Amino acid sequence: MPKAKVTFQDVGVTVTVPAGTRLIEVSEKVGAGITYGCREGECCTCLTRIVSGHEHLAPPSVLEDQVLKDNLAPRHHRLACQAQVLGGEIVVKPA
Amino acid sequence: MPGLVSPDGALELAPGVHWIGALDPTLRSFDIILKTANGTSYNAYCVRGSAGVAVIDTVKESFGDTFFRRLESVADYGEIRAIVLNHLEPDHSGALPELLRRAPGARLYISSRGQVMLKGLLHGDRLAFTPVQTGDGIDLGDRHLRFLQTPYLHWPDTQCTWLEEEGFLFSGDVFGCHFCDARMFNDAVGDFRFSFEYYYAHIMRPFRAHVLEALELIEPLPLKLIAPAHGPILRDAPGRYVARYRELSASGLKNEAADEKTLLVFYLSAYGNTRAMAEAVATGAEAAGGVRVSLYDIEGGEVSPFVDLIEEADGLVFGSPTINGDAVKPVWDLLSSLTAVNIAGKLGAAFGSYGWSGEAVPMVENRLRGLKLRVPVPGVRARLIPTGAELDECRELGRNLALHLTGRMAATTIDMAALA
Repeated sequence: MPKAKVTFQDVGVTVTVPAGTRLIEVSEKVGAGITYGCREGECCTCLTRIVSGHEHLAPPSVLEDQVLKDNLAPRHHRLACQAQVLGGEIVVKPA
Repeated sequence: MPGLVSPDGALELAPGVHWIGALDPTLRSFDIILKTANGTSYNAYCVRGSAGVAVIDTVKESFGDTFFRRLESVADYGEIRAIVLNHLEPDHSGALPELLRRAPGARLYISSRGQVMLKGLLHGDRLAFTPVQTGDGIDLGDRHLRFLQTPYLHWPDTQCTWLEEEGFLFSGDVFGCHFCDARMFNDAVGDFRFSFEYYYAHIMRPFRAHVLEALELIEPLPLKLIAPAHGPILRDAPGRYVARYRELSASGLKNEAADEKTLLVFYLSAYGNTRAMAEAVATGAEAAGGVRVSLYDIEGGEVSPFVDLIEEADGLVFGSPTINGDAVKPVWDLLSSLTAVNIAGKLGAAFGSYGWSGEAVPMVENRLRGLKLRVPVPGVRARLIPTGAELDECRELGRNLALHLTGRMAATTIDMAALA
């Protein structure tokens, strides 16, 4: 299975993950400061800045895209409960 | 008494600008979390321009009759072009459905972040409204309303509305307080200073970073009057209240080690075991350098000053023994008192001595995660009297926390399979 590397910049931890992993599956386990509310892509609590490698995430769904717009999310920000890793190297930090 | 608002009449703030809200003098507890020693008011306003009327905010649903009588005393429903909700909480949006029914020609304006909440409140998929952002406005002919987005004061949707020609700021919950006095104006009502400060401390303080952002928008305005959604209307020296918000949003305590990161080690100990671990954590952090370490026995302190310290600190460590499968109550009391301050993103950790099961440490770690802290360093548990090796682990915990706080923690790479 293809692997990807996700770095949680605020705690200095890089995790090797299989493609298809969502950020939410890893961030809490390494103690990163990304925090969650509804965990269903509605509340925008887990807004996360993609420092680099945003092209290695699956594009946002229509729902995620709408939530990002409603909350005036800046460019290269995603919901950690939704964003799915495809491959390559990605660096993230709490928004 | 002169200046008292009449039971059904509107109160004029300027020709064509009226307060049309409701008084709730018997309320003693607001939204569970706030005491209200003499009740509150739900302030709504009506602004008349040459091209139509705007209603700004409504009232709690059960006060709708009073609100509509006051509104009818200054405007016909057919004249209402715009309804502005500065904040969608039910004490301000409660009369909205009925107002929309009575004024079908009116357009609803809410902040762009309020859209999801509006759906949750009204459950109307076909409700027409205009989401607005800072700079958007409403042209009432000879009067103009402009919106200022002030998110998280104290909900994501909160905004203020500025009436340009009068210099009036309809500020929503910002600069408000729960204080009910029919004399209405700040220079006529009783002493409401404690209510103003109490309201800020409980409603705005958790969002003080957002308060500072909002003040950047508000301070340049040539304010003649602030019309908040609760409490007295601030016509005398309104700028004083803006200045007070800036003071309250600054650090309450001066940190002599301003350039250093700060780590607070809190503990409770029945037999000295968790205390010994706390001292080892503090020693380890101190030895790493670059961090100001403070050690506190929770048993010897009050919650309120600890909350002030925590608000300013960079890292927090909690030591609790496990008694009957739980952390001890004073730890939970402190951890349940932190909703009034913003601690998201701070560094957190836990440790403690236990007899046979040791649940306290993971329970506290989970609570810290729930409070949105980072918890990257696993906690340390010791069965009864900590061994020399376990105290070494505590020193290492303190050292790692200090390294994290000062950005000196070596980057690590792990496989997802290794994460429990």
